[in-house]
Amino acid sequence: MSIRQLELEVMRYDPEQDQEPHFQSYTVPCEEDWAILDAINYVKENLDTTLAYRWSCHMMVCGSCGMMINGEPSLTCKTFVRDLPDKVRVEPLANFPIERDLVVVLDDVMEKLERAKPYIIRKEPPPEDQEYTQSRSALHKFKQYTMCVNCMCCYSACPQYALDSSFIGPAVLTLAHRYNLDSRDQGKSDRLDILADHDGVWECSFVGACSEVCPKSVDPAAAIQQMKVDGAIEWWKQKLPGGKS
Amino acid sequence: MSRQPYVRPISKTTWYMRNGRYKRYMLREVTCLLVGFYSLLAIFGLAALAAGTPERWDAFLASQQNGLMVAVHAIALVYFLVYMTFDWFKLAPKAMPVQLGEKKLPAQVIVIGHYLAWVVVSLVIFWLAGVI
Repeated sequence: MSIRQLELEVMRYDPEQDQEPHFQSYTVPCEEDWAILDAINYVKENLDTTLAYRWSCHMMVCGSCGMMINGEPSLTCKTFVRDLPDKVRVEPLANFPIERDLVVVLDDVMEKLERAKPYIIRKEPPPEDQEYTQSRSALHKFKQYTMCVNCMCCYSACPQYALDSSFIGPAVLTLAHRYNLDSRDQGKSDRLDILADHDGVWECSFVGACSEVCPKSVDPAAAIQQMKVDGAIEWWKQKLPGGKS
Repeated sequence: MSRQPYVRPISKTTWYMRNGRYKRYMLREVTCLLVGFYSLLAIFGLAALAAGTPERWDAFLASQQNGLMVAVHAIALVYFLVYMTFDWFKLAPKAMPVQLGEKKLPAQVIVIGHYLAWVVVSLVIFWLAGVI
């Protein structure tokens, strides 16, 4: 198997010593089938043990290895060295504070995730001695939105979130939409506040970058636009004579 | 170990220069200036009409028929087509997906539907305007 020398420029930041991040270059002998994550692992194991970064599964499931690769948010386990030039720049996900090196602080999204109530809410008691049934077509209404691995690449691509981090953002709104579309759920009204609020769906101006970078083709931009349509219909229903208030 | 997260600065005025995707978005959003221009034009047109004298209305029409204004309208039309119509019609299936059983209606069908509706609406407007 052929070896290719890759110049890996990695953003480094040590909160105890650095005032601001800087880049450090490593020359990595990459094998043909390596992903960028393999190259970073090589650095950690052979060149510089102090490098901090997150990863776990190496197969697009855990969503923890999202980073900026040549300026594009992407899962490093999904981005192959063979598809990139000889010089690759790796930075921590944009729009998040840097904890250390390639590790970002995700507290803001975690807090937002809680606000979206991403679980099935029932107003009526569950059916006795019976599981909730769901037809295949009802499942297909939201299945695509269950594929999100919370890698947060969409937040890094979103200029709206970059400019105003109070925006709830693509992945969390998509997850809320996923539960709103679920035929077993009755919690749509509970999720209405944070979604219809000034920091909810209407803050999105449909740049569409979230969907373009999503490594799981979840298409958060679509979910958000559908929520806008839903919101507008609900609003008109309330305004029409005899509408519910 | 002390925590001291570093927040990377972002320019409030030039952020969209970061990549082609953002630039295209800004080119789309700039159409709001054209919308503003046409809103003003409609107000001037209505004012000319409301004046009640044929001279005012004719003067308004004449002001739109010189070479410069025709060029402005032609450029605006192309700009709207490229950055609004094409873009929004392409994005329509995202906002309004149609599910038939377990399958989704192909996005192309929804896009073509929009173009057909556009043609029909345009023909109706031309007919109302007495052009056809």
